[in-house]
Amino acid sequence: MDFTLNEEQRMFRNMFRDFAAKEIAPRAEAMDHEETMPPDLLQKAANQGFLGATLPEDYFGAALDGVSYALLLEALGAASMSVAVSLATHVSLVAMSILEFGSDGQKEEWLPPMAAGEVVGGFALTEPDAGSDAASLQTRAVREGDEVVLDGVKAWVGNGGIAGLFLVFAREPEGISAFLVPKDSPGLTVGYREPTLGLRSVSFHTVYLEGCRVPAANRLGAPGSGWEIAQRAQDRFAIALAAAGVGVSADSVDVAAKFATERIQFDVPIGQKQAIQSYIAQSFIETEALRYAVYHAAWLTDQGDFSAEAPVVKALAARVARFVTNKMLQVLGGYGFMEDYPMARKYRDARALGIIGGPTELHDVRVAQRIFAAYDLPVAP
Amino acid sequence: MDFTFSPEHNALRRMIREFVENEVAPLAADLDKKHLVPRETMRKLGQLGLLGVCFPQKYGGAGAGETGYCILMEELGRVCTSTATNVGAHIGIGAMAIYLDGTEEQKRKYLTPLSRGEKIAAFGLTESNAGSDAANIRTRAVREGDSWILDGGKVYITNGGYADIVTVLALSDPALGVRGGVTAFIVETTWDGFKVAREEDKMGIRGTSTAELVFEELRVPHENVLGKVGEGFVSFMKTLDMGRLTLGAAGLGGAEAALDAAVYWAKTRKQFGVELAHKQSVQWMIANLATHIEALRSLVYRVAWMVDTGQPFTQLAAMVKMYGSEVGSMAIDLAMQIHGGLGYSRDFPIERAFRDARIAEIFEGTNEIQRIVIASNIFRELGVRVRP
Repeated sequence: MDFTLNEEQRMFRNMFRDFAAKEIAPRAEAMDHEETMPPDLLQKAANQGFLGATLPEDYFGAALDGVSYALLLEALGAASMSVAVSLATHVSLVAMSILEFGSDGQKEEWLPPMAAGEVVGGFALTEPDAGSDAASLQTRAVREGDEVVLDGVKAWVGNGGIAGLFLVFAREPEGISAFLVPKDSPGLTVGYREPTLGLRSVSFHTVYLEGCRVPAANRLGAPGSGWEIAQRAQDRFAIALAAAGVGVSADSVDVAAKFATERIQFDVPIGQKQAIQSYIAQSFIETEALRYAVYHAAWLTDQGDFSAEAPVVKALAARVARFVTNKMLQVLGGYGFMEDYPMARKYRDARALGIIGGPTELHDVRVAQRIFAAYDLPVAP
Repeated sequence: MDFTFSPEHNALRRMIREFVENEVAPLAADLDKKHLVPRETMRKLGQLGLLGVCFPQKYGGAGAGETGYCILMEELGRVCTSTATNVGAHIGIGAMAIYLDGTEEQKRKYLTPLSRGEKIAAFGLTESNAGSDAANIRTRAVREGDSWILDGGKVYITNGGYADIVTVLALSDPALGVRGGVTAFIVETTWDGFKVAREEDKMGIRGTSTAELVFEELRVPHENVLGKVGEGFVSFMKTLDMGRLTLGAAGLGGAEAALDAAVYWAKTRKQFGVELAHKQSVQWMIANLATHIEALRSLVYRVAWMVDTGQPFTQLAAMVKMYGSEVGSMAIDLAMQIHGGLGYSRDFPIERAFRDARIAEIFEGTNEIQRIVIASNIFRELGVRVRP
């Protein structure tokens, strides 16, 4: 075992933190209020190689190892959860699915422009009546000659407003399949944008597929392999979200500790009050525990199978980030409730971790399934 | 023992609920989105006598006691935390200070129009360096003949942006400080030298005004001293005790509404072929919350009864405020979790209630201050002095 970052990882971490501090943090508040993801910010991220973070160099990616990618999301999440979630949608959900399951032609067509930030990926799995439950998926794919015709409605499509390419899941006779659907495909309409409590710079949209035609060659993987693709993508995404959760938690502790040092009440900095120390210490402890669980899961993404750890760290991250942002907001008192301080935004953003990428309760079920599998006890969701 | 409400209080609740459903609920989303205060609702509540619900009828009130006031706040808390907060700041701390310590003349002149909703009240205690440490105020009051001249300012004043009357705490004798050197004043906001300097942009309760007030050579006639000169701090702390309890009642209403929403959605929403209500993890969350709500309801109305029967209640009021706000937060978090993405969307009231609920753990004495109040009451009898 070795719990140190190697020299390259340390260098990356500094670079990521610099980028987040210089390019994101100063505008994070404004982006949240305006509910925008500035194109120039994405372009700057692309110029640094972040939009092809874990893609190989053959496709102009940055070829980051799993831990370095977690360090990137941690740094982004500290400055803006919206940027972290948008990037994780693009990289973990869409680009990495193409890399892992795509044909050579699909990879060559889509991965270089995705790494360059010319095409942003959007992920279209959820439907109005199908959240976490594959069996309820209604969107259909019908083959017509060399084409596939898609019909259905996708909800909460991440990056819906900025995506050039959607990874769409639809039902075929063989089961659920995944399709690469360019935004300009006939019959695809980007509809309603969800107004959200937090993550306000990530655009979540309804996407309508009405007789939407794509070449049959745009199927990702074999017919019926879509659920496997979706699971694998969501596991990668879960670890990425958890890494962003480390960032928002750690930064909240920093913000609160600084405030508690400066805020004088009863003649002393409130950081000298034991209750405040306890809030901050507990939050720090939970953040550290999460951090190393996430680095471990991130390291596993380079070893092959990470399906056991993904729900563990996502559930942990949801609970830790919720606890920490809540307690740190309390340290700031009235200032924490004001929208011109960053704590309220962090608090609103962190709440999403218990919901997006699957609810925490479902992660608990998956963990229980794995535990009870050793005893041959089936666990239904 | 008798755990039932009187017929009068039951009738009051029915009347309030009807009003709330017809007049408050339809406006709640807009108040939040457009950042408006419910001035018209306040006027209507005043016409019904509800803005003086706990004050005697001779001052325009309804004479329904603290129990009636808690019923009002619970019912408002069910549908609109912003409106409840406007009402709470108006009655529970703004007008309450005048009711508790005002002269007969002050009550006739100020409390009566406040009860009728013709005028709006705010409570001017907090300053930028005097939040939890309320004794650290710097606003100065200097006697000049028959008047006092106030200089300084207040922050985070609920209703501050549209109040007609603000009770203000100021340092009248810096040498004495809180022990005899702090005086409360009744200030009319039309007077020269009173300025609303800023409105806060808040995460929640966006249908309330939270304002920074500035006083520059603000001349207050001596007859507007509230209570005795030098005794303002004790007076304001007494007022806060009364307000605390009813915040717990608003939290109770919010928690009940959240539970109702969670239960409804759990029996409606299907995942994996069955309603969420069949999932044990969901059942447990709901069972836990329902238990907390029952405990909170009993505590709220027991303490209201203690107030109405003249028993000491300071420690229990702190418990109600603390527990009510924490159950309120727990409840809306659960409702959001059960609603999933819909709960996270601003198109549904869960999201607004989630943002609104969070302030109750902070304002009118943070929950940390409530714990200090509770601990100091417990330890005092043992001869241990608890300091903040």
